[in-house]
Amino acid sequence: MTALPALDGPTALELYREMLLIRRFEERCVELYGAGKIRGFLHLYDGEEAVAVGVLRALAHHDAVVATYREHGQALARGLPAGEVMAELFGKREGSSGGRGGSMHVFDAKRRFYGGNAIVGGGIPIAVGLALADKLLARPNVTVCFFGEGAVAEGEFHESLNLASLWRLPVVFVCENNLYAMGSALDVDEAETDVAAKARGYRMAAERVDGMDVVAVLAAARRAVEIARKGAPCLLEMRTYRFRAHSMFDSQGYRDKAEIERWRARDPLTALAHTGKAHGLLDDAALAAAEVAVQREVDDAVAFAERGTLEPPEHLTRHVTAPRDPGRRA
Amino acid sequence: MTVSYRECCKLALRQCLDQEPRAFLMGEDVAAYGGCYAVSKGLLDLYGPERIRDTPLSESAFVGVGIGAAMGGMRPIVEVMTCNFSLLALDQIINNAATLRHMSGGQLGAPVVIRMATGAGRQLAAQHSHSFEGWYAHIPGLRILAPATLEDARFMLPAALREQDPVMIFEHIFLYNQEGELDAKVTAVDLERAAVRRRGAHLSILTYGAGVQKSLTAAEALAAEGLDVEVIDLRVLRPLDDAALIDTVKRTHRVLVVDEGWRSGGLSAELVTRVCELCFDELDAPPARLCTAEVPIPYPKHLEDAALPQPATIAAAARRVCGRG
Ligand SMILES: Cc1ncc(C[n+]2csc(CCOP(=O)(O)OP(=O)(O)O)c2C)c(N)n1
Repeated sequence: MTALPALDGPTALELYREMLLIRRFEERCVELYGAGKIRGFLHLYDGEEAVAVGVLRALAHHDAVVATYREHGQALARGLPAGEVMAELFGKREGSSGGRGGSMHVFDAKRRFYGGNAIVGGGIPIAVGLALADKLLARPNVTVCFFGEGAVAEGEFHESLNLASLWRLPVVFVCENNLYAMGSALDVDEAETDVAAKARGYRMAAERVDGMDVVAVLAAARRAVEIARKGAPCLLEMRTYRFRAHSMFDSQGYRDKAEIERWRARDPLTALAHTGKAHGLLDDAALAAAEVAVQREVDDAVAFAERGTLEPPEHLTRHVTAPRDPGRRA
Repeated sequence: MTVSYRECCKLALRQCLDQEPRAFLMGEDVAAYGGCYAVSKGLLDLYGPERIRDTPLSESAFVGVGIGAAMGGMRPIVEVMTCNFSLLALDQIINNAATLRHMSGGQLGAPVVIRMATGAGRQLAAQHSHSFEGWYAHIPGLRILAPATLEDARFMLPAALREQDPVMIFEHIFLYNQEGELDAKVTAVDLERAAVRRRGAHLSILTYGAGVQKSLTAAEALAAEGLDVEVIDLRVLRPLDDAALIDTVKRTHRVLVVDEGWRSGGLSAELVTRVCELCFDELDAPPARLCTAEVPIPYPKHLEDAALPQPATIAAAARRVCGRG
């Protein structure tokens, strides 16, 4: 774990609490999936929490976030109420997207959280466009775009990086390199496995970061956001790992148990707890209190989702296009 | 012995790889992972990485590469995980595969087979649940197949591999786990004709893919009410089997199209128009259609169910066409 420059106790505790919230929220999701309350695909962020928590802490509320189908972590770290995210997973109208999207499509316009994109690479041009709008409207905002290392094989990644660089747009591209795209290891998919090197090929600053170390992530994100704020894109390659299957189930024949155990030993939560305590920023009492608070927050989220209501089937064709004023023909 | 639709797809791949030395399979996670719907599980061990090729997440490139390899003399079978992601390869499929023969004045062809999963019903929401086979059926130069039975899952692919032009095969996600006995008498299928899956006298349901099973279920329920429904499995969505349409309408004089695609500008519009063009005078009632509601597929089960044709809504639509609504 990196040294803790400028990290204070309250910030350390907040980072810990946010990661713990994601962890406990998703552990509950697994149970609820088993109970049939959550259906469809459910992609867990287990192991990768430091990335979303560290990066999003470096943002201001007016900045924008674009994420993938593996976005519970980003949603919670962005401050979407856990109850609304859980209600979305339940398909309830009180959910972040009114229940229409489910786990892969969490949106929150108020918080500039632009999903929830389940086409690999599909969010990347969107992020560049959001940044273009900010630039054209002279708003000082930055857009952060998360995607997996599998997405760098898509043309949209390359086309978007080029455009962002060519037009000097304020985007921070965050590649969550968890080593596997479903069952394909990076070196099975890529001739050049250094993602940061690809970005440099488009003439933008790029850094490789230890994505299991939330403090390192936060520091790198602050540098990146500063670059973007000045009007240039940059890329962070987060070296991280998903502890579980790609979605709820896969045979995981593509990696061995020992590898998973090696990465589990670097669990971002235990790592922060350990260094935090070593530096006198965290203590057992604070960690235990965080555990209690997070458990309560998750319990409340589930209760909120349970209480939620189902949209009546007569509403089926709502939200396809915006309502039109009655003077115009449909 | 019972087999699943998934196993039939795999047996079909094996037949292709065994009989055609130029055939190979490529797609995302088809090799080590065994395919996102486990269709190619185990094939890597049998045929090796040259013939069972994992590709990066680069749909446009690897579909285009399949087209080029076909032009170059190979017989590629390209798997795209689902039709939703095939949109990234649309340019290659339409601007290259479908037009090459014509543009080159008949000199070149692209005998590539492109397989993909299609359809809704698993609560996968708006980017993973669509049915684009009807859309592809709009394109001259392509042959579009929709295997709905075990026999078609088993034998359409080997037949497709012998075609001189691009063929797309749409496997409905709901069918993979269907099990049954494979008819031992069937050793090959044609890629031309629609099939009558149930004989009836009062109404013809024209459908394909997952719609076949749902329509058969509806037909059983209607039989108890004295309505005798014929179920036509289109099988080949392009080119459509006009003769089969005329044939069934002459028997029943009433038509209901059941299509998991959207209604506006879709395959159902084409089918109803064709029936009118081909045998309007045979009709005793206006043809009707039941399609997916015009909404991206929503995540919650009750809304997804409401969006799609279901046996109960098919039966209700059938009653209306027969004046029993
Ligand atoms: C265009 C497209 N192709 C394929 C898929 C199927 N798919 C979903 S996630 C995934 C793996 C993506 O891996 P990566 O980008 O590394 O992200 P991770 O899942 O590891 O977070 C694949 C192949 C898809 N959703 N979209």
